[in-house]
Amino acid sequence: MSAPHHDAIPLLRRGFRLQWEPAQQAHVLLYPEGMVKLNDSAAQILTLVNGERSVADIVATLHQRFPEVPDLEADVLDFLEAAHGNHWLTER
Amino acid sequence: MATTGSPNAEIRPGPPLWLLAELTYRCPLQCPYCSNPVDFADQGQELDTGQWLDVFAQARAMGAAQLGLSGGEPLTRPDLIELVSGARELGYYSNLITSGMGLNRDKVRALADAGLDHIQISFQDAEAAGNQLMAGSRKAFQHKLEMARAVKAHDFPMVLNIVIHRHNIDRIGDIIQLCLDLEADYVELATCQYYGWAHLNRQGLMPSRAQLQQAEHVVADYRRRLEDAANPCQLIFVVPDYYEERPKPCMNGWGSMFLTITPDGTALPCHSARQLPIDFPNVRDHTIETIWHHSPGFNHFRGDAWMPEPCRSCDEKHEDFGGCRCQAYMLTGDAANADPVCAKSPHHHTIVAAREQAGTPLDQVPPLTYRNERNARLIYRG
Ligand code: SF4
Ligand code: SF4
Repeated sequence: MSAPHHDAIPLLRRGFRLQWEPAQQAHVLLYPEGMVKLNDSAAQILTLVNGERSVADIVATLHQRFPEVPDLEADVLDFLEAAHGNHWLTER
Repeated sequence: MATTGSPNAEIRPGPPLWLLAELTYRCPLQCPYCSNPVDFADQGQELDTGQWLDVFAQARAMGAAQLGLSGGEPLTRPDLIELVSGARELGYYSNLITSGMGLNRDKVRALADAGLDHIQISFQDAEAAGNQLMAGSRKAFQHKLEMARAVKAHDFPMVLNIVIHRHNIDRIGDIIQLCLDLEADYVELATCQYYGWAHLNRQGLMPSRAQLQQAEHVVADYRRRLEDAANPCQLIFVVPDYYEERPKPCMNGWGSMFLTITPDGTALPCHSARQLPIDFPNVRDHTIETIWHHSPGFNHFRGDAWMPEPCRSCDEKHEDFGGCRCQAYMLTGDAANADPVCAKSPHHHTIVAAREQAGTPLDQVPPLTYRNERNARLIYRG
């Protein structure tokens, strides 16, 4: 799997749902017979994935929110690549 | 984490994240590896719609997020659509686990409209004859194929589940290919767990080690091909623990995250636990909160104070929790014993003997006992 392209538009794969779970105090990703509890940064990124924003948009939005975080872009790209590799995401 | 010797009552488990609702034991098929209790014909009355919706709401409030709707055949419940919409409103991710019998195009559409998230269809084989041998029905195979296509046409993610045993394991490549042709998103190749009906039929179902190794080879080969083609379909191959030297961490620990409710409302920490000589609470009498945290049934095997040797002094006890309680009970007569799959168990020879038996030619093996009411009564009423 290679790093996602800047104007690629990621989308949650069909059958995947992201939601906040109060009992776990976390966002979780739900899919057929499975559930992943997301850490904060994963949730920050995935909640921006909506099938409209491009990878560049997502990075820019997070930059605005967290201007003090170094290497933010590399982290986001790494995460998106891994999420693709897990088949959580597709592209539009 | 529990420490050695702490009384069970002090252990505060996390929430039941997974709820399995066995809506009914009714089923038009008769699989000889069915996980339903062997005395299913004598079970009590099914919960009604309101009672199920109340169970869903209570478990959801405690934190349950994944909901399995199974059986028996859940499609025999006339209120299934109502239950699915209720689950959706509560915020569950709902999974329908079906044989595909009783499904038709209109129902697939209605389930999609009601907010069902995913459908799992079970197949018995890659061909009609093998399907009939196992499920006791002739027309089932064609119908299942048609329904799998309808499920995909409605944009559902689809899991195809095939129970693997000595009669179909040599065709595992054809089975995978069939699933790929049907565009499954996940393929579960599950060698049966020898509980319930499968235990009665163990000799007639368990594959030999040679068959298993060959099958693992075929699966690995398909995985490589899928990866090369960037095909997102995942192959999940569950091998029988009879060929292992350490048991599986059954249900991630007793009463740690799974909650099963049987058709009559009995609450279980695992779907096969009903066979254990333990009194399990019923949702008609107690809230889920009380059942989960305070019932003797759910606290029975929490923590590790209940463990006898060799588990008690074993440094792996927090990894596998001593294995499966049902398997320990069936093979040793005491549910607290180490799962005999473990090489440290003094009963491990029962597993070794079963492995040796697995090579017996089919014509010397007793015929399969099919899961139907007549057999259920014959076996349990004598
Ligand atoms: S395993 Fe077979 S007989 Fe048992 S409920 Fe499922 S489809 Fe019906
Ligand atoms: S002795 Fe018990 S705890 Fe240790 S590995 Fe075997 S089953 Fe697990």
